Amino acid sequence: MLAAWNGRNDSLTLEGRVLAPAQGIDEHLRITVTDGVISAIEPTAASALVIAPAFVDPHVHLRVPGREDEETIRSGTEAAAAGGYCAILAMPNTEPVVDSASVLGALVEQAREEAVVPTGFMAAISKGQLGDELTEMAELAATGAAAFTDDGRPVVSAGLMRRALQYSAVTELRLALHCEEPSLSRGGHAHEGTVAAELGIGPYPSTAESVMVERDLSLAGAEGRPLHLMHLSASESVAALDHALASGVRATGEVTPHHLVLTDEAVRSLDPNTKMNPPLRSGEDRETLRDALRRGPISCIATDHAPHARHEKDVPFEEAPFGVTGLETSFAALYTHLVAPGIVSLETILERMSTGPARAFDLVEPRIEVGARANLVALDLDAEWTVAEDGFRSLSANSWLLGETLRGRVVKTVADGRLVFAA
Amino acid sequence: MAELRPPAPPRRHLLSIADLERGDVERLLDTARSLAASVDREMKKLPTLRGRTVVNLFYESSTRTLASFELAAKRLSADTMSLRSAGSSVDKGESLKDTALTLAAYEPDVIVVRHPSIGAPQLVSRLTDAHVVNAGDGKHQHPTQALLDLYVMRESLGRLEGLQVAVVGDVLHSRVARSLVQALSLVGAETVVVGPPTLVPRGIEALGCTVSHEIDAIALADVVYVLRMQRERMGEAFVPSLREYTALYGITPARVRDGQVVMHPGPMNRGVEIDPRVADSDAALVTDQVRAGLVVRMAVLYDVLTVAPVEARERVEVG
Repeated sequence: MLAAWNGRNDSLTLEGRVLAPAQGIDEHLRITVTDGVISAIEPTAASALVIAPAFVDPHVHLRVPGREDEETIRSGTEAAAAGGYCAILAMPNTEPVVDSASVLGALVEQAREEAVVPTGFMAAISKGQLGDELTEMAELAATGAAAFTDDGRPVVSAGLMRRALQYSAVTELRLALHCEEPSLSRGGHAHEGTVAAELGIGPYPSTAESVMVERDLSLAGAEGRPLHLMHLSASESVAALDHALASGVRATGEVTPHHLVLTDEAVRSLDPNTKMNPPLRSGEDRETLRDALRRGPISCIATDHAPHARHEKDVPFEEAPFGVTGLETSFAALYTHLVAPGIVSLETILERMSTGPARAFDLVEPRIEVGARANLVALDLDAEWTVAEDGFRSLSANSWLLGETLRGRVVKTVADGRLVFAA
Repeated sequence: MAELRPPAPPRRHLLSIADLERGDVERLLDTARSLAASVDREMKKLPTLRGRTVVNLFYESSTRTLASFELAAKRLSADTMSLRSAGSSVDKGESLKDTALTLAAYEPDVIVVRHPSIGAPQLVSRLTDAHVVNAGDGKHQHPTQALLDLYVMRESLGRLEGLQVAVVGDVLHSRVARSLVQALSLVGAETVVVGPPTLVPRGIEALGCTVSHEIDAIALADVVYVLRMQRERMGEAFVPSLREYTALYGITPARVRDGQVVMHPGPMNRGVEIDPRVADSDAALVTDQVRAGLVVRMAVLYDVLTVAPVEARERVEVG
């Protein structure tokens, strides 16, 4: 269940090269939206824009409740609208944690007042995200939880993970897992490899992720339950996912734009905006992630948009918190670094930013067809723009792209029938 | 119309050995040698940096490094003050950024920074107009230590090119090792890093060294460079016990061959990484290292403040 401010249904027309990879559409069309619903699709002359199903981000930190100085539902969803998103899922690692119907219910209410694009809230798997006891999943589902996750932290206990997989069957909702073995990642601030060795940064090995991915896929297979693997970073994790999918485990995977574009070489700058969890990994890992995105085992691109206050990132690398923002830059970053150089096709990027995540979480799939509610993004692929600290709708500016000139710009976003962004 | 001003000359820092070229290292060592000669011959104090201000900003405890930076500045007639995190506003939770901005308001010419976090000196260099010298940041770099070690090697053995150096011990947690391996590689020496597999980081070869887990690998070395074994590492299970570490990697008289010299950055754990008989032997150059610390740090202060940016290449400028 997604909540959004429900002020109006808009009527408008968009025309351009319509690309809806999941529906096999690639032609120049004029799309007419009447009262929020696609009412006509007609051929048109060639024009400069690309129109696609709008994006779905399954991994956003809105920081509400508790850190409204970093992001609010309003600012975060405005950022999402500017990034071409028609739906986002927010993480529950807030203060307090979203682990009870009362906290969740208040958020859903608040989103109905403030959210510019439809917003779903994930609830915690364990109370307080402490990994000891399960949350009241049925009540949380009834209150509108979109999925369950302890994101920000792993579910350390294999026993609790197994129970969570079993018990989540009382809901229709997916478990989304942050895979990290803390005894392997402890003290780690960058990928264990040449760069961390040279710089003397505490190493965070690939195995800290992959042993947990292997464990959770094994448990999911044994319990016959689906799961979603968040922000995959390591080749070993992709191998485990491939193996599990081949043996019939129902698993989906996501990857972030920064793991698709950067490697741990970026850490040499000691810029705290190159510090994420999981860390940026090697060139080989990046190649494996790109390949898994093309092939399909990784079916979702997720920003892991993680706003942090300026003063918290304005510190030496090891003292800085993990995480970067991404909602407003994801398409342009991927277009510039992957599509324009011919590394990943535009179709694959568009599909993995929209249909893939919608299917992984059983959300309404953005489709371009008469009678569907309009969830559309208009893209100007030739536009160049420079990522600037004062250019964000997000309240935070901890972007790994600051100062970079990108190609490809979102010019319009229609979310659930409403024009929510126009450049 | 905007006022046209020539761009400010790039400020020179010493943040990492990685920013230096061979010529820089040789120039610094030559400067240190001539400073040593003039300090010995004439008087202890030179007027070179009169009117300049050097601030030492130390967020970690230090004896040798702080004392030698203070004395180095004084010997060059600079005004100097030292700020330790304990007893300052840092105790009250002031951030590095605000402390740096506060100090910058006094317009120091040089800020010498020691900090437990990698990248702290880089941050200070971005925030202030001072020349910044890294006196040790986290496990990252300790460039003046590497330079003084090279100075001692060159003075004692007469050359650096082709020198064989074995660096023994906890490389993983050692900024001294990282800076030294890089510096040795820069001047054409060959380094083997020796230690238990848990304390030699994967990928360290990229700094320009080979790796061995056998203490026998020190046999061919001209210099045995012993790293401090930090007791606090025991709790993290990097090695099963200090006893076993000493048995496998301790530098005992039996393991030191005639003609080898032994160095240690201090403070030493006698009986752990180095046998007291070795530490007190003629082979040990530990006090030479301390003495060299003074002239090398004088040379560094002199160099960042007086060598023209043109000679120093833009690459030295970080941030």
